[in-house]
Amino acid sequence: MPGLTGKDTVLTDYANKLAVLDAPKGRSLTQDALRRLSKNKAAVVSIGIVVLIILVAFIGPFFVPWGYSEVDWTSIRKPPDFDKGHYFGTDQNGRDMLARVLQGTQMSLIVAAVATVVSVTIGVIYGAVSGYFGGRVDALMMRFVDVMYALPYILFVIILVVMFGRNPVLLFVGIGAIEWLTMARIVRGQTLSIKEKEFIEAARASGAKPFAIIMRHIVPNLSGPVVIYATLTIPEIIIAESFLSYLGLGVQEPQTSLGTLISAGAPVAEVLPWMLLGPAVVLVTLLLCLTYIGDGLRDALDPKDR
Amino acid sequence: MLAYAFRRVLSAIPIALIAVTVCFFILRLAPGGPFDGERALPPTVLANLRAHYSLDQPLIMQYFIYVGRLLQGDLGPSMVIDGFRVADLIRIGFPFTLTLALYAFVIATAIGIVAGMLSAVYQNKWPDYVMVLVVMIGVVIPNFLNAALLQLVFGVHLGWLPAGGWVSGSVAHLVLPVTVLAWPHAARISRLMRGSMIEVLGSNYVRTARAKGLGERLVLARHAIKPALLPVVSYLGPGLSYLLTGSLAVEQIFGLPGIGKYFVTAALNRDYGIVLGTTILYMFIILALNLIVDLVYAWLDPKVRYR
Repeated sequence: MPGLTGKDTVLTDYANKLAVLDAPKGRSLTQDALRRLSKNKAAVVSIGIVVLIILVAFIGPFFVPWGYSEVDWTSIRKPPDFDKGHYFGTDQNGRDMLARVLQGTQMSLIVAAVATVVSVTIGVIYGAVSGYFGGRVDALMMRFVDVMYALPYILFVIILVVMFGRNPVLLFVGIGAIEWLTMARIVRGQTLSIKEKEFIEAARASGAKPFAIIMRHIVPNLSGPVVIYATLTIPEIIIAESFLSYLGLGVQEPQTSLGTLISAGAPVAEVLPWMLLGPAVVLVTLLLCLTYIGDGLRDALDPKDR
Repeated sequence: MLAYAFRRVLSAIPIALIAVTVCFFILRLAPGGPFDGERALPPTVLANLRAHYSLDQPLIMQYFIYVGRLLQGDLGPSMVIDGFRVADLIRIGFPFTLTLALYAFVIATAIGIVAGMLSAVYQNKWPDYVMVLVVMIGVVIPNFLNAALLQLVFGVHLGWLPAGGWVSGSVAHLVLPVTVLAWPHAARISRLMRGSMIEVLGSNYVRTARAKGLGERLVLARHAIKPALLPVVSYLGPGLSYLLTGSLAVEQIFGLPGIGKYFVTAALNRDYGIVLGTTILYMFIILALNLIVDLVYAWLDPKVRYR
């Protein structure tokens, strides 16, 4: 029995009118940040290059005529040769350098991704719990972070890798398990200020459990600093992985990573320069772009610095 | 100030103890041991070896024995090389590692501070752009790649400097390693210095100093530098510990006789004694550095003292 008074028709009309009218659109903070980021030319170009590197590293191997562990007995230690399809030359074992560089880039990217996820997960949860509970729990948890900071980082990774074997998964986890400290500190600091806000009080008043408050209300509000710091962590992890591989403690043959390739190329760079050039250029480009993206994100998400 | 220093020293002691404990148990709980050779040892020999290094005791007893020795200043024996102690390793390798790291530290800090300051004063003019570029190279190129490139250019092609190795007392052999080690450190410091200097130069008291007619040099020297140094000072401690651990890599690359080479070999051989001793030594150094940094910080910024 639609409205005896005709109130419903009036309201429906009004609602329809509103729906058709262009309501002024609000801009969210994320949109603001994206707009600022898109104005930063260095960051935009860097994002493009990184996406390109990722695509080429994962799709490229299907189009390269040689496999990364395939030996071409007819061309060993040969410079780039386009007729045979060795666009980057071959190494001492006659393996195609382009295929190896692609595989190495893939491995370095995977290491970086997994280790970053591990370190962000541990760091965010640890920092948020420590900051939210405060008091003695906080003091104790942060004291532990201080202790971990005092451990010489690279020695610790070397110990982990040596003790637990040359398993790539452990390599990822080991690197990630050490990179979370700074993340935990940043997150704790942010949490300390967020937990005093009214919406947390409201959540607590409505009976939410501490864990739910942390996961639902605090963690989503940390995304800005977490994204910035995670972006800046990726290059550090790639360097750490390359360094371990350089020492011979990382990824094992026939698999390879950018660090392994550079460590193989460096001693022979005088006679076989193409063995160092390919991986070195990819590594430096990748690190440079990631650093620019990190800086750009920081400027975009944290406008008070500008 | 004295009371603050005292409190700070006291609070470092439990951290050191916990860190020793963490190191000890991580190493011991990991699978594999120093006597897992290619060929299995006869059981009696193995038992004797284990008894000699107290490895047959319960883990918790081993821990107390170790800490007891540590308190007497004994970092323990090597478990692979007979008669070789961590103390010997430190006597042989540490002076060199320390020298290398200190050279890099002093040079990099000086260059970093000056470069950061110039960069801030000439913000967005060509000296700034040049500086930012050099800094970016330092941040982005990992030390082993940088080392390889410098060796190739200056060691092999130009032949100006030895590409590696060590002749006692030769400065030329130190130039490339110190450069490789110092570059990223200088880069980070100049980044910090540039950022904080720009902030300070925009602050009210600098405007006041300029308004009362001080020359630009005096403004910088008397008002801007000290507060701008704060973030740099707080980085120096971690920075020096990065240099000390980073020198492990540089020693390895240039074939220099520091601790680095021994450490990697010891880790590969599961030589608990050497690995644990070296790690604990580095940890004490890092803790001591952090302590010094905190004290310097308190001296520069009175707010910290009264927390």
